[in-house]
Amino acid sequence: MSFTGIFHFFTNSPCDAAEPWQLGSQDAATPMMQGIIDLHHDIFFFLILILVFVSRILVRALWHFHSKKNPIPQRIVHGTTIEILRTIFPSIIPMFIAIPSFALLYSMDEVVVDPAMTIKAIGHQWYRSYEYSDYNSSDEQSLTFDSYTIPEDDPELGQSRLLEVDNRVVVPAKTHLRIIVTSADVPHSWAVPSSGVKCDAVPGRLNQISISVQREGVYYGQCSEICGTNHASIVVEAVSRKDYGSRVSNQLIPQTGEA
Amino acid sequence: MGEIELKTAPADFRFPTTNQSRHCFTRYIEFHRCVAAKGDEATECEKFAKYYRSLCPGEWVDRWNEQRENGIFPGPL
Ligand SMILES: [Cu+2]
Repeated sequence: MSFTGIFHFFTNSPCDAAEPWQLGSQDAATPMMQGIIDLHHDIFFFLILILVFVSRILVRALWHFHSKKNPIPQRIVHGTTIEILRTIFPSIIPMFIAIPSFALLYSMDEVVVDPAMTIKAIGHQWYRSYEYSDYNSSDEQSLTFDSYTIPEDDPELGQSRLLEVDNRVVVPAKTHLRIIVTSADVPHSWAVPSSGVKCDAVPGRLNQISISVQREGVYYGQCSEICGTNHASIVVEAVSRKDYGSRVSNQLIPQTGEA
Repeated sequence: MGEIELKTAPADFRFPTTNQSRHCFTRYIEFHRCVAAKGDEATECEKFAKYYRSLCPGEWVDRWNEQRENGIFPGPL
């Protein structure tokens, strides 16, 4: 941890942002991401099994059939038993990988329960606007705000470079959220690694993702589509349901006073 | 202010896919058909309005409203 890193720790600790030289995934905030991490570990089990086994065969072959040790080449062309084995086993292993993989894939698509709220995330060049319109009683009034990335040259001490935004999306934790992702100009995307979500934002199309953030916190993401020079960051702040009510009525509405 | 009631358009079995564009469009049409059939003051249409406002981007609704005023709305009303 560098000197500024220490400040980082004290001013605000972005527990759910990527850190330098990070190898694994960010901590899961949704059951979906937990599933992805578990699947990754499951597959890694097979991966290491295969790696060890194949390396062993390779090293043994190089060792035992070295020209100095074994100057006369073997004349065996094929062996039925080993050919059956090395066909059947490699076809069973992908099955063991595919079953949990498809189970996860389809469960992620499925909307199991009715969502409790809808947030619209609309990509623009280069910011994002969010609409909370569950409470609207007319077409005009809507809780809409823009979320701009804090420019590279003026993040405050402790803020992550090109990851922080001026207005965060506030969502209630432990609630089924429907996020409608779309774009107003070029294709963008809405991706937050710790929520396990990466969804294309296509103009003229509404893509739905359903997530349920399990713990309160601040989650960082970025546009994952090559949409221009400034990919807009995404910051999701999950708060308790209780706090959510006051945040929506106090914080978000004044900011959208002119909109 | 404490806890607020969270309520939104329910998941619709007609639109089980990730793509919800039709969901929004259908709810918008349903509302205007309902109003056409039951009159402006009918309270049972209000839920469709809530649904489409939850699902459709404001920009889309504005454009459709404009198109309806000009009589060039592309959907069956
Ligand atoms: Cu973008």
